Amino acid sequence: MSFLDSGARMLLLKDMAKGLALTFKYMFRKRVTLNYPYEKGPLSPRFRGEHALRRYATGEERCIACKLCEAICPAQAITIEAEPRDDGQRRTTRYDIDMTKCIYCGFCQEACPVDAIVEGPNFEFATETREELMYNKDKLLANGDRWEYEIAKNIAADAPYR
Amino acid sequence: MADIQINNYALNFGPQHPAAHGVLRLVIELDGEVIERCDPHIGLLHRGTEKLIEYKTYVQALPYFDRLDYVAPMNMEHSYVLAVEKLLGLKLPRRAQYIRTLFAEISRVLNHLLNVTTQAMDVGATTPALWGFEEREKLMEFYERVSGARLHAAYFRPGGVHQDLPKGLAEDIHAYVPRCLKILDDFEELLTENRIFKQRNVDIGVVTQQDALDWGMTGPMLRSTGVAWDLRKAQPYEVYDELDFDIPVGKNGDCYDRYLIRLEEMRQSLSIIRQCIEKMPDGPHSTLDHKVVPPARADMKRSMESLIHHFKLYTEGFKVPAGEVYAATEAPKGEFGVYLVSDGTNRPYRCKIRSPSFVHLSATDYMCKGHQLADAAAIVGSLDIVFGEIDR
Repeated sequence: MSFLDSGARMLLLKDMAKGLALTFKYMFRKRVTLNYPYEKGPLSPRFRGEHALRRYATGEERCIACKLCEAICPAQAITIEAEPRDDGQRRTTRYDIDMTKCIYCGFCQEACPVDAIVEGPNFEFATETREELMYNKDKLLANGDRWEYEIAKNIAADAPYR
Repeated sequence: MADIQINNYALNFGPQHPAAHGVLRLVIELDGEVIERCDPHIGLLHRGTEKLIEYKTYVQALPYFDRLDYVAPMNMEHSYVLAVEKLLGLKLPRRAQYIRTLFAEISRVLNHLLNVTTQAMDVGATTPALWGFEEREKLMEFYERVSGARLHAAYFRPGGVHQDLPKGLAEDIHAYVPRCLKILDDFEELLTENRIFKQRNVDIGVVTQQDALDWGMTGPMLRSTGVAWDLRKAQPYEVYDELDFDIPVGKNGDCYDRYLIRLEEMRQSLSIIRQCIEKMPDGPHSTLDHKVVPPARADMKRSMESLIHHFKLYTEGFKVPAGEVYAATEAPKGEFGVYLVSDGTNRPYRCKIRSPSFVHLSATDYMCKGHQLADAAAIVGSLDIVFGEIDR
């Protein structure tokens, strides 16, 4: 009987009909696409996006220029120069990240002992020119100020696992 | 009438052909529409990974492995961390091994979802690719929740994994497994019996058992010829010897068998994922040897010793005893091996990467010869090649 079966399958286009029926069924399922700029996918607290330099609640910058992030960076994207400030505290005079070199591995935020450099939840920082992706300290601190609420929330959510 | 000399036609397939899977350039010599010779040209994605690793500490070298086979990144890390651990002689906590197995299998599903569906796309079916990418997205969300990145995870570390599973993730993965199985049934309904898919794949790119062994093929390529060789069974690493799964093997060694094997492997992987979550023990997610793994953040803030460890590990890294080691895992594409030579410093002296795609690609001439031009797309599709690991 198998030849009858295969013959019927051949002539009646059973495989095609089955496939078409299935795709037709999918047409009535809930759509899975997101209307991107207005809808976005979920992000976890661990998400590694655009870098930011954070400040303490007092407004004092956290970074103490220990240069651990510079040392661990596999892509050597971070450049730091440091000097004692007028009040004798050690702070960076230069903190540059070349975002075109960065591979977003998250080692810098792992290495940072004071949670100063973090990879925040922002992933929409495309620019028109390459130069705009050479971040300096001002840009990173501005990022930190802008995203502080989200970053603090994420760090608090992930604290038990760190 | 004088004889007319007809020359073979040389055709460039790629590097920008949509069916060329990345930056593959095949120089094909055609006699009419029959392939006489098929010469793969590689190197367009060469980044010098092996050499770069020689100048990185053992932890810094890790993210480079994600970028080899970016379709299944964690499998690439896996061989590397196993190699480093072998050199260090580290014993892993059970939970770390279970988490690694879990994510290695998630990566296998990620890889096969892409390959099966793009293989279908290479022979003319667009629908499965769209469905497959939706499922991949869900799996990559699991990646993102555990490591912070959808693809380049840098999650497996020498000594364990970077962070423990966040609360609720294991339950979500467990709940996802039956949904993925349903999608696989849909693929099967759409493709397995489909006459066009069968006409394009059955008896195309046949590899005999002996030839597969001679070419050094591994993974689904070898198993499609009927050799039940899988490193997860042959030399179990992590916790594979405690898990219950089967190795699907083919009979004919053609593209269709490879498709069926990959589909079945996904089902087996999903069953492994389920078993891993059910058996997942409690405990630390990485070794407590702080000469290798940095201490927890809270410890680092409180204890001087931990702070010293932290600073040491993030500047100098850890030193690895001199020696050489080869560690291989069953990556979705085949045997992915890392050969490390250590001279006792904090950097590898040499790192040789054995990538399955490279071996498989070298057999394209053997597989394509005598086939029609259109079959080259089907064969390349079923080879499952990713250029990140071929060019390295």
